[in-house]
Amino acid sequence: MRGKVIKYAQDNIDTDVILPGPYLKLHEHTELAEHAMEGLDPEFHTKVKSANIIVTGNNFGCGSSREHAPIALSASGIQAVLALSFARIFYRNSVDGAYLLPIEIDEETYSSISENDELEIDTNENSIKNVTKNQSYPMKPFPELIKKIIDAGGLFRYSE
Amino acid sequence: MNITEKIIAKSSGKPKLEPGDVVFAKVDKVMLHDVSGPGVIKTFEKLENDGVLKIDKLFDPSMIWVTEDHFVPSVDKISAQNITKLSNFTSKFGIKKHFKYGMGQYGICHSMSHEEGLVAPGELYVGGDSHTNTTGALGAFACGLGHTDIAYAILKGKLWFKIPETLYFKLNGKLPDGVMAKDYILKIIGDITTEGGAGKAMQFGGSGISDMSVESRLTLTNMTTEAGAKNGIIEPDQKVFDYIEKRGLTKYEPVFDDDDAQYEKTFEYEASELEPLVAKPFSPDNVSVVRETTGIELDKSYIGSCTGAKYEDLLAAAKILKGKTVKIRTEVLPATISIYKRATQDGLTQIFLESGAVVGPPTCGACCGAQMGVLDKDEVCVSTTNRNFPGRMGHIESKTYLASPLVAAASAVTGKLTDPRDL
Repeated sequence: MRGKVIKYAQDNIDTDVILPGPYLKLHEHTELAEHAMEGLDPEFHTKVKSANIIVTGNNFGCGSSREHAPIALSASGIQAVLALSFARIFYRNSVDGAYLLPIEIDEETYSSISENDELEIDTNENSIKNVTKNQSYPMKPFPELIKKIIDAGGLFRYSE
Repeated sequence: MNITEKIIAKSSGKPKLEPGDVVFAKVDKVMLHDVSGPGVIKTFEKLENDGVLKIDKLFDPSMIWVTEDHFVPSVDKISAQNITKLSNFTSKFGIKKHFKYGMGQYGICHSMSHEEGLVAPGELYVGGDSHTNTTGALGAFACGLGHTDIAYAILKGKLWFKIPETLYFKLNGKLPDGVMAKDYILKIIGDITTEGGAGKAMQFGGSGISDMSVESRLTLTNMTTEAGAKNGIIEPDQKVFDYIEKRGLTKYEPVFDDDDAQYEKTFEYEASELEPLVAKPFSPDNVSVVRETTGIELDKSYIGSCTGAKYEDLLAAAKILKGKTVKIRTEVLPATISIYKRATQDGLTQIFLESGAVVGPPTCGACCGAQMGVLDKDEVCVSTTNRNFPGRMGHIESKTYLASPLVAAASAVTGKLTDPRDL
């Protein structure tokens, strides 16, 4: 996959700001998209028109188990989140529901990537290429089962 | 192996498991509510529409229980529709254990799990809510998940798990007067941060835990979620067995640590050194001693949620509020109808009403900023709940201080953050 970056240079972006509690009653993916990142970034909807990758710090998606969070991001057009680390339920929801790719990156990669950089991500080669800056970064390979679930298109499409 | 590893090993048919192993394990119990339930329904609809699966029956409807808690009483047409959908779903698939708002016992899912004896020691339990960890205080492996995983669990009766590393928290001695389990778990989260338990098991033990009531232990495991933990767990003892047997659960196979159980790290705390704490905005790990934050002006005191509205939480608040008048808006929402009934029988409801507080129906409501008492811009709240991220309890510029029921009640009386020992 290829696309432009929205960067949130902070840790602990929680599910309450990714998709605030009052909208938990909604289940249509397009409706959830309208409220994505409402508690964090009023410009998100403008930015996501030309970008499809979020780059951020530690513990992304901490807090609630609401699957609404990765759904809202995915339905907004986000295809991958590159983070120093993820909260476990957000990570698992992203993979099992096949909403977006949660990719762990190292500190050096994190600081090298800037807002609006264009990246090329190859999950088979475990490589991230920064087209804008002509740089390449290592990608921590997905654990075996996670990779299989991603390749199958989610947990229900994966067979043991 | 330790208790977490042993439960997953038993459920996956493996003789031995180590942290990092990934296995499919049999699930014993599954919980869904009026947020994750409609999510499961949507997932099933999509799978059928996409031609992936035809879903006629579930793995075993008797392993599933459903409660209505986040948006009851219904807030609007959409939330009312979700309740209808949930009812249609449980009738269609023959799920008998559906606890409905306004029809006897119902309440916040995690409080229902222990009040109704729905999960036994030694079981592997998953729920469509992050605070499912709570039930680990009964000696079960209890873990919160999103609705795709819950849909998979009720359809296939199993799920994949990565065996977590275990952090062991040993508490020596008895908690001093004025200090509650909430203060201990806030102390731990303040020390290890909201990432400190990420993906791990947090196990509690020591003489301080043996001394603690089952309800206090539930406060500890409840907030392991705020440290990022996969599960919180406590080896069961006679107090747990008595507690669940009183609630009709008489058949169970408890699991305990082996003598050579391993933990990644052990932390040790002296109960006598603990004191009333608060987590200041905007994170559960932003912890301070109440006496160092005394004087912060408040608009509201909230005594509610799976964390802080169990019977003994209400009892603690009532002891403070008895014969006093609240200075700020104060809301008491018992976590379940059974707790509400007991509080009424024992005169606690009357104490709250006499103090000027409002007593409301069980709901997750204001804890997640969904309904029934959300905060306005710049409002400041002391709350017995579990999270205080920006906008958690209402307006993005409102502020929540997380504290014990004793602190929340003492602060209701003064209108300022107050150490209950100073009242």
